[in-house]
Amino acid sequence: MSRQMTGAKMVVQALKDQGVEVVFGYPGGAVLPIYDELFQQNDIRHILVRHEQGAVHMAEGYARSTGKPGVVLVTSGPGATNAVTGLTDALMDSIPIVVLSGQVPTFMIGTDGFQEADTVGITRPCTKHNWLVKDTDRLAETIHQAFHVATKGRPGPVLIDIPKDVQFASGTYVPPKAARTDHYQPRVKGDIEAITRLVELMETAERPIFYTGGGVINSGPAASQLLRELVDATGFPITSTLMGLGAYPASGKHWLGMLGMHGLYEANMAMHDCDLMINLGARFDDRITGRIADFSPHSKKAHVDIDPSSINKVIHVDIPIVGDVGHVIEDILKVWKARGRKVNHEGLARWWAQIEEWKKVNCLSYKPSDKIIKPQYALQRLEALTKDRDRYITTEVGQHQMWAAQFLGFEAPNRWMTSGGLGTMGYGLPASIGVQIAHPEALVINVAGEASWLMNMQEMGTAVQFRAPVKQFILNNERLGMVRQWQQLLHGERYSQSWSEALPDFVKLAEAFGCGGAKVDNPADLDDAIRMMIDYDGPFILDVLVEKHENCFPMIPSGKPHNEMLLGDASTEGAIQAGGAVLV
Amino acid sequence: MSALKIKRGASSHSAYDLRDPHAELNETHTLAVLVDNEAGVLARVIGLFSGRGYNIESLTVAEVDHQGHRSRITIVTRGTPSVIEQIKAQLGRLVPVHDVHDLTVEGPAVERELALFKVVGTGEKRIEALRLAEIFRANVVDSTLQSFVFEITGTPDKIDAFADLMRPLGLTDVARTGVAALSRGA
Ligand SMILES: Cc1cc2nc3c(=O)[nH]c(=O)nc-3n(C[C@H](O)[C@H](O)[C@H](O)COP(=O)(O)OP(=O)(O)OC[C@H]3O[C@@H](n4cnc5c(N)ncnc54)[C@H](O)[C@@H]3O)c2cc1C
Ligand SMILES: Cc1ncc(C[n+]2csc(CCOP(=O)(O)OP(=O)(O)O)c2C)c(N)n1
Repeated sequence: MSRQMTGAKMVVQALKDQGVEVVFGYPGGAVLPIYDELFQQNDIRHILVRHEQGAVHMAEGYARSTGKPGVVLVTSGPGATNAVTGLTDALMDSIPIVVLSGQVPTFMIGTDGFQEADTVGITRPCTKHNWLVKDTDRLAETIHQAFHVATKGRPGPVLIDIPKDVQFASGTYVPPKAARTDHYQPRVKGDIEAITRLVELMETAERPIFYTGGGVINSGPAASQLLRELVDATGFPITSTLMGLGAYPASGKHWLGMLGMHGLYEANMAMHDCDLMINLGARFDDRITGRIADFSPHSKKAHVDIDPSSINKVIHVDIPIVGDVGHVIEDILKVWKARGRKVNHEGLARWWAQIEEWKKVNCLSYKPSDKIIKPQYALQRLEALTKDRDRYITTEVGQHQMWAAQFLGFEAPNRWMTSGGLGTMGYGLPASIGVQIAHPEALVINVAGEASWLMNMQEMGTAVQFRAPVKQFILNNERLGMVRQWQQLLHGERYSQSWSEALPDFVKLAEAFGCGGAKVDNPADLDDAIRMMIDYDGPFILDVLVEKHENCFPMIPSGKPHNEMLLGDASTEGAIQAGGAVLV
Repeated sequence: MSALKIKRGASSHSAYDLRDPHAELNETHTLAVLVDNEAGVLARVIGLFSGRGYNIESLTVAEVDHQGHRSRITIVTRGTPSVIEQIKAQLGRLVPVHDVHDLTVEGPAVERELALFKVVGTGEKRIEALRLAEIFRANVVDSTLQSFVFEITGTPDKIDAFADLMRPLGLTDVARTGVAALSRGA
C-alpha cells in the first residue's frame, strides 16, 4: 500500500512504522516542516536537548540500554556539525543510531546558502553509511534502508540529509516491507568447519580463556545467555573488554574481571599465558594488546566477529570465524556437545590453580583512608548500596570510568554504557538521560569526573524538563585525573594544564537547574549521601570530593606486554624515570 | 613524534604502539570493485584509502551496467599482504560495494591503460618519435607541423617505457587513464 504525502509527513510515518517511540533533537530552519509534523501527532515523543552532541549521546544511551536504534533529529549546518562527535563515538563503539538532518533546499546546495554545510561529506567517515535524499519519492525507502543498515551486521550510526524542499514536496510513501534491503545482508552463520576446528582445540587446551567484547552485547541478550551456557559448561575462565561487561555476570564462577590497560592482573596474566584464546566479539584494541609482538605469545587464537575487517586487522589469528557471535556460540555448543562434551580436566585444574595464585595479588587493593574519600571506596559504596536495584550505569571518561569498570559488578548485558573507542568526555550525562528515557522506573547513575561532566552539563536542563531522575555521581578530584596520572608517570610530574580550576559549586548549580544536589567530603557521610541521591525524587547531582592524587591501577603502560603491569605507586618508579627521558 | 625524539619502534611513551607490526614486503595488487553507482560512492572509496593511510597508485571508474547502475572501480594499490587483506575487507564492508576481486591473486588477468602523449619537435627528433610510435603501435590522433599527439594502449609498463623514449624527443604533455583490468578466461 503506498500513499501520497509530503516528505515531512513521510519522515514521521516512516519513524512510526519503524517502531520509533522517542526522538532526541533540536529544531532549526531546515527541519521546521518535520517539527510541524511532530507537533501534530502523539505517537512519537520528542526530547528537546540543549546541544546536538547531547542528542546523539542520549540516543546512544537509549540504544545501548534497549538494543533498539536511537533516533536523532537536527537542523542543517551547525546542527549537523554538532552531531559529529556523537556520530564518531557511535561508530567506534558500534552503536546503532539514525540521525536525520535538515539541509538547505536542493536548488541552493553548493551556493554557500545560510546554514549550509556539506553534511554527507563531513559525516561520511564517521557514519556506517549516509544518504542525501534529493527526491521525495525516494525518502521513505531511504529511511527504511537506513534503519536496516544501522542495525544489521556490525551496528553503527547512519545519517540521512533531507533538503527542505524535499520535506515540503509530495511523494509516494512506501512501508518498510516494500523497501529494498537485499543488497546489504551480512553473514550471520559461522563456517562450521572452522567451528569444529575450534572445538577440537577446546577439547585439549590446557590453558584456555574466553576473551569477550562488545560484540556479544551487540548481538543481543540471547548471545549473553548462550555465552553463560558455554562458559559454565566448559569451565573455562572468561574475561571481557570494557565494552562487553555484563555479558557474563560479574558474580559468575568463571569471571576474571576486565582485561586490558586498566584490567585485572589475573585477567591479563591469563591472557598472556593461555594456550587457547577464544575471542568472541572483541576487536584486539590497543588498550588490550599492549605490545603486539609480545601479545599472548604461546596461544592459538580464534576470533569470532561479524565484521570481516576486524579479523586479522591487528592480531593474526589461527581460526577466523566470520559470523554473529550468538549464532556461532550456538554452533560451538552443538558441535562440542555432539562430540561428547570433552575438556582437558587435569589441564584446567592446573590452570585454575595458577589463576587463583594470580588472584591473591589482590590487584585492586588501595590504601584506605578514614579522612578522605578514596575514589575506589566511593565506588565500592555505590556498588554496595545499588547493586540489588534495577540499575543502569553510564560513565564519563577518565580514571573514574576505569574505577567504575573495576569496582562495579554487572550481572546482565545492556546495563553499562561507556564511551570506549573514542573516549568522549561529556558522553555520560546525556547518555544517562537517554537510558532513563528508555527505562523511566530504573535507577540510572552517571559515574562522572568533574571535568568530563562540565563538557555537556547543559543537558541537566533536559533531565529536569523531561523529569528524567538521573543521578550524577561526580568523583571530584579537581584534576583532569587521567591526564594528571600520565603526566606523573610518563612526563616527569610536570602537570601541564591538568587542573580543574574555577570549578562551579555543584550544589548551587543543581539548585540553578532546579534539581537536587549535595556535597560530601567525609567518608563517614558517604553512605547517607548516596542514599539521599538515590531516594531523591528527581535528577540529582552528588559532588563527591575525593583524594586528588589517586592513581588508577593496575596499569599496563602503552606498548608494554601484559606481564609488565604496574600494580601500585611502588611499582611506578621505573616508569617515572623512563617518562622523564621523553622531554629531556 | 619527532619533536619528542621518540624513535620509530620505541613505544613506551605513547598511547599507541609505534612499532611496525608487519615487517613484511610491499606488493602491488590490482583490485576490481563493483559498486552501486550512487552519489558519493567514489568519495567513499577514496576517503577509505586516505583515511586509513592506504596507497592508491591508480584508480579508474566508470558505469559498466547502465540498467543496474553498477560501476566498476579498478584500483592499483601497494602494501604488505596483511594491509592488502585489510583493504579488501574494508572495501567489502562499504554498503554500496557488491564485490571486491583481487585480480592479482585470482589467477591471470589482463591489464590495459590508455595514454595520450604530446610530442613537440621538428627534424630528426620528429621522425624518430614517429618511428618509435610505430614500433609501440601508437596511433597518431592529432598532428601539426611541430607536434604529434600519440594514443597508446598497453600495460602500465609499456606506457612507462614509451614515455621514457619520448622524453628526449620533445614530450610535453601526458594524459593517462589508469588501469582497467579483467581476469582472463571464462
Ligand atoms: C580511558 C580509557 C581507558 C580504557 N582502558 C581499557 C581497558 O583497560 N580495558 C578495556 O577492555 N578497554 C579499555 N578501554 C576501551 C577501549 O578503548 C576499547 O573501546 C575497547 O577495549 C573495545 O572493546 P571491544 O574489543 O569489545 O570492541 P567493541 O568496540 O565493542 O567492538 C565490538 C566488536 O565486535 C564485533 N561485533 C559487533 N556485533 C557483533 C555480532 N553480532 N557478532 C559478532 N561480532 C560482533 C564488531 O565488529 C567489533 O569488532 C579504555 C577506554 C578509555 C576511554
Ligand atoms: C573530549 C575529550 N577531550 C580530551 C580528552 C582527554 N582526556 C582523557 S581523560 C581526561 C581527564 C578527565 O578528567 P575527569 O573527567 O575529571 O575524570 P578523572 O580522570 O579525574 O576521573 C582527559 C582530558 C578526552 N578523552 N575527551
